[in-house]
This record gives sequence, C-alpha cells and structure tokens, in this order.
Amino acid sequence: MKEMTALKDPMVPAPFRIERVRKELSDTFTIDLVSAERRRAFSFLPGQFNMLYVFGVGEIPISISGDPADPETIVHTTRAVGSVTNAMWKLGAGQTIGVRGPFGTSWPVEKAEGLDVVIVTGGIGLAPLRPAIYQIMSNRAAYGNVCILYGARTPEDILFRKELEKWRGQFDLQVDVTVDYATGRWAGRVGVVTKLIGRGGFDPHQTVALVCGPEIMMRFAVEALAERGVPNERIYVSLERNMKCGIGFCGHCQLGGDFVCKDGPVFGFDKIAHKFAIQEL
Amino acid sequence: MTAKQSPLQKASIIDVQTLDDLISTLAHAGYQVIGPRKQDDAIVYDTLRSAGDLPVGYADEQDGGKYRLVKARDGIYFDYVVGPQSWKRFLFPPHQKICQMRKQGKAFRIVEETAEPPCYAFFGVRACEIAAMKVQDKVFDNGTFADPGYLGKRNAAFIVAVNCGRAGGTCFCASMNTGPRAQGGFDLALTEIVEKKRHVFLIEAGSVRGSEILAKIPRRAATGEDTAAALAATDRAVKGMGRKMVEDVGPLLKRNLEHARWGEVAKRCLTCANCTMVCPTCFCSTVEDVTDLSGSNAERWRRWDSCFTMDFSYIHGGAVRRETSSRYRQWMTHKLSSWFEQFGTSGCVGCGRCITWCPVGIDITEEARAIWESEGRR
Ligand SMILES: Cc1cc2nc3c(=O)[nH]c(=O)nc-3n(C[C@H](O)[C@H](O)[C@H](O)COP(=O)(O)OP(=O)(O)OC[C@H]3O[C@@H](n4cnc5c(N)ncnc54)[C@H](O)[C@@H]3O)c2cc1C
Ligand code: SF4
Ligand code: SF4
Ligand code: FES
Repeated sequence: MKEMTALKDPMVPAPFRIERVRKELSDTFTIDLVSAERRRAFSFLPGQFNMLYVFGVGEIPISISGDPADPETIVHTTRAVGSVTNAMWKLGAGQTIGVRGPFGTSWPVEKAEGLDVVIVTGGIGLAPLRPAIYQIMSNRAAYGNVCILYGARTPEDILFRKELEKWRGQFDLQVDVTVDYATGRWAGRVGVVTKLIGRGGFDPHQTVALVCGPEIMMRFAVEALAERGVPNERIYVSLERNMKCGIGFCGHCQLGGDFVCKDGPVFGFDKIAHKFAIQEL
Repeated sequence: MTAKQSPLQKASIIDVQTLDDLISTLAHAGYQVIGPRKQDDAIVYDTLRSAGDLPVGYADEQDGGKYRLVKARDGIYFDYVVGPQSWKRFLFPPHQKICQMRKQGKAFRIVEETAEPPCYAFFGVRACEIAAMKVQDKVFDNGTFADPGYLGKRNAAFIVAVNCGRAGGTCFCASMNTGPRAQGGFDLALTEIVEKKRHVFLIEAGSVRGSEILAKIPRRAATGEDTAAALAATDRAVKGMGRKMVEDVGPLLKRNLEHARWGEVAKRCLTCANCTMVCPTCFCSTVEDVTDLSGSNAERWRRWDSCFTMDFSYIHGGAVRRETSSRYRQWMTHKLSSWFEQFGTSGCVGCGRCITWCPVGIDITEEARAIWESEGRR
C-alpha cells in the first residue's frame, strides 16, 4: 500500500466524457472532452498533445486545439484518415475517450513577446496552432505585428473558417489565406502558402515564426523564411512521427537522438536543421 | 570500506556443492530463482530448482549467424556465455497487459489492476547483462516518466552475477567497458575457479541483502591466492575475446549518417528484427488492442517491437524509413551513437547476441569498423 501515488502507470489512460462532437469539414471534426472522474482542471501549453484512446480500437496522438485559458474543456480537432480517427468520429456525446497527457513541448508564445509573430500553416496544421493564437490574442499588446498565413487544398477545406474571417476583420491581425485549387466562387488567393511569406507583414529580423503543416510544406516554409532573413533559432516547427506512448518508452517517434514525443513535437529549427537534411532519418 | 580497497578483499570461497545451498537460501527468502538452463540446444533463462538444473559441462560455440552447444569440460558450471534470451524478458516482458476497460452503458471505465510484482533472483547474470539492465533503468525512468511495472520488478530483483572465465565467440564487452568482470550492480558475484586440484567459487557481496544471504551459506574467507585466481579467470576471458568495437564510435557514426556502407549492409540485411529481439537493451514496443466477443471488455497490451519493421515508423501517407538502409542505420546509430544523446550512455553493451543471432551474420563491430576505415584509419 506504500507509495501508491508514485506507482501510477503513465501508460494507463484516464476516462474523459465527450461533451460535444462537431463537424468542421467533410473529413475533419472537433471533440470537446471533460474529465469523467471529476471536473478537474486540465492545464496545457499551446502545441502540446494528448494520446486519445478509442475503446477497443487504438490510441493516437492528437494536438490540443482549444483555448489554454479554459482548463475545463479539452478540445481536439482531428482529420479522419484511418482506423482510429474514423472510429473516433463515430462517437457521440456521453461516450468515453481515454486520455493521457498533455505531452510534449510547446510553442514559444512567451518568448515571442516583444517581437512580430508569423504563423505559417496548412491543412489540419492550424489546429495545433490555434491555442497559440488564442494566447497571443489574449495578450495582444505584448507583440508586434502578428500574421497568420494559412493554406488549404480548396476553399471547402479551410479549417476554422469563421474564426479566420473574424480574425481577419480585426485591425491588429493580418490573416492571409490561400488555396491550392480554386473552386466555386473563390476569389481569394490561389497558390502555395509558402509564397505568402515573401509578401511581408513582419520584420524578419524581429520575428518568431511558428510553422505547422505537412512536412514538405514545412521544408518550403523554412526555406522561404530563411530567404527573408529569419534566423533558424527563431523558426519553430511541429513534427509528426508515429507515437505509441508519448512518454519516451516506445521508441517509435525517434528522430536521431530526439524523441519527438518529449523533446518535441515543437522544435526550434536550429536544433533539427541538420536532421531535416537527411532522408529517412 | 575505503574507496581504495579492492572489492575482492571481502570475498569468500564456497565449494561447488554450496551453489545448491545458495539457490535454496534464495528460494527460502521468497525469491523466484531464474537461471541458465539448457533447452532446445540453447541456453535459456528459466526457473532453477537446484544447481542440478544448470547446464553443467556445456559450452557454446558462437560466431556470426552460428550458435551451437557442445559438451565441454566435465563438471564446469559456467563455461557457456549468453544465449538468445536476456533478463529483459523478465523485467520488460515481451507481452504485457497495460490495462483493461469495461463498457458501462455509453461510457467505459478503466479496471484497476494491482498485482504484486514478482520477486526474482537472477542467477548467473553476466557483467554485460548487468550493464544492459543499467541501460534499461534509464529508459524506463527517464526523469519525467517512470514505468512502475519495470521498476517494481527491477528493484525487487536479486542479482547473482557470474564473472566470465571464457569469452564467447561474438563477445566484445572488454572494448565496451562492460565486462567480463562485473563492477557493481550485483548482490552477489561468483567467479568459478577451476584448477588442477580444486574447483571452487569465489563469492563477493555487493549489497547488504547480498551479505545477508551470504551469511546463511557455508563459506570461508578467500585468500590472496584465491582472489588472484579469480582475477586470472576474467583476464583469460579478456585475452580470448576476438572482437572489438572501434574507438569513439558515437561521434564516428554521427558524422557518417550518409555513407555508402548503409546501402552496402542493406544488401545483406533481411530486416528480420532478430537483432533487436535478442538485444538486452532494445526497449521499443507497440500497443495492441483487443476486445472480447461481446465487445464490452477491451484490453491494451504492450508488445516488443522493432525499428526494422516497416510499420514502426508509419504515419499517414507512408513509413518514414522505407529503405532497409535507413532501418539498419536507425538500429546501429541508435545503439552506438544517438543513445548517448538520449541517455548519456552507449546502448550497446557488447554482448554479441545480435551477431550470433543474425541469420546472415552481420557483425555490428565489423560494420562500425568499415565506416571507421573509410575515414582513412587503421
Ligand atoms: C504530435 C502529433 C500531433 C498530432 N495532432 C493531430 C491533430 O491535431 N489532428 C489530426 O487530425 N491529426 C494529428 N496528428 C496525426 C494523427 O495522430 C494521425 O492522423 C493518426 O494517428 C491516424 O490514426 P488512424 O488510426 O486514424 O490512421 P491509420 O492510417 O489507420 O494509422 C494506423 C496507425 O498508424 C499511426 N499513425 C498514422 N498516421 C500517423 C501520424 N500522422 N502521426 C502519428 N501516428 C500516425 C497511428 O498509430 C495509427 O493508429 C498528430 C500526430 C502527432 C505525432
Ligand atoms: S547491439 Fe548487439 S552486442 Fe550490443 S548489446 Fe545489443 S545485442 Fe549485444
Ligand atoms: S535499435 Fe531499434 S528496436 Fe532497438 S531500441 Fe533502438 S529503435 Fe528500438
Ligand atoms: S512516442 Fe513512444 S517514445 Fe516517443
């Protein structure tokens, strides 16, 4: 009976109750969770993720997409791509999801104070950045220019569209959205998001860049940022690797000497630039 | 004891028959005694009821891709070295249940399971295997997260080391500074002394509980001659060791992540994962989900995994390491190089298992040497 608290197995999930499931896009949904045990606070840092377990199906890493200022509800926005994500979407309010977390490193929101912030993101990559945007907005005066550069495949794939439109309407935020393929009545920009980096809106020598999206997009984004003169140590990227534990035990997420689950997922690009250059590391 | 004193100064001598007393004393103290046994023509680790269960009189012949047990010197207890298994399978079992979940209406709850950890006495642990346990200790207690299942078993385990008097065909512990003599990390350590006229064990206690067990068995103080004989035994093992890891292999591999040798070894490597399964430090695992037929009970199981499988690095869109060359590189650079960054120590202890059990005899020391020589060294 001694030291029972010290003996808690970090691989065992805690049950959380689904409050709400809402469709965001044809393939993307958001789930709100509250602790099933008691309404206990769940604090996290923007950029951190949870391991979410679907009964009998499996457990996957999903970033937290909600507001860090609301510790009661944990929000996750997920793109359904395979077995666990599809099973998760079939769940409804009142059902349980197992949660372990929060894990991993966070976006350097506080370190960016006093500087411009440029957020470069594509597709579902906006979800892990939304908590950082909320936190920056709640302390807007502490930052210089803030730009959100977002790319989606088509206008129908623009995630959090209402929020982006709202932010775009504000005078203290620059929001640029581009799509790979224009459909319907889209009259906005067409082309890759990394093209927007060259357009300005931030002072490259006084900027922190937060980058999240498909790895290929991040490669081009980092290149374009470097071209504008943003140094590697002020570029941050969030990496994706297979993860079976989130806590450094399973080995799946290794990138050279880094465990992406605990040394990442958010890395200062200067720390991993040399690894990025090596294929299949 | 002052730091300068040799640990051997507190050594005792026991007769070979006393091994039996040692095993029964451990069993009486509540330990489940596990040790080397001959099964299916290999040395494996299993329950020991008496010293008679030990593979007395056998030795192993090992080389790249080769393992054979042969009848050797009559009556000798520890002439063989390590086999395909390691103690890892007890501390970090190949298949272990994480938890169980039960459906309750729309929801499910997690069924608490609190099992007392088994209390093992590992009998016949080689120096490289102690080193391997210390390596895994850092993995399963990484400063932020700890695995209570592993730690419970590990802290309870009583370690009876055996210092090697003979090197196996694929051993290279001497060049990894992990053996053949155990430097701490044991409760008791045995060295088999085989001379023309006598056959005894030198025994040292390395902990309080080791001394307590030792106090219960018949023994006599070791003389200077005895300790000299014990040291001579491990010296013989050092001299007989045919393989050696090149120096500064960590930085060497780090600066050669892109090297023609990875493609070359990939032509031979079958990606069978044998090396990772036999390696006493490899810790990778995956999780499997199972449900019963009614669908109202689910379990999560942790199972050994290997960086050699394609699934290991799978993310939506495809595996990160598709090529055999990148998977071999992951294994070898992890063991010998990136492990230092992660845990401040080598991930390889020089036990030689991966060489012996590789179906095509790929030799980690030779692969490292090839890269070393490509830099113009000899
Ligand atoms: C740190 C981190 C944060 C993430 N955040 C989000 C997020 O906020 N929203 C979102 O939609 N997706 C996110 N992902 C990706 C998400 O984890 C995968 O889409 C998901 O694992 C796919 O599971 P599946 O069973 O549906 O897919 P399948 O294709 O059936 O995959 C089978 C298994 O492979 C593994 N796997 C497959 N793809 C990935 C992947 N991209 N990353 C890691 N493991 C994978 C999983 O173990 C999965 O169960 C994140 C990934 C990481 C590493
Ligand atoms: S890498 Fe090979 S020699 Fe080194 S500890 Fe593992 S199995 Fe033994
Ligand atoms: S060598 Fe491969 S299987 Fe072994 S610990 Fe490293 S990543 Fe895991
Ligand atoms: S996810 Fe298991 S070690 Fe990182």
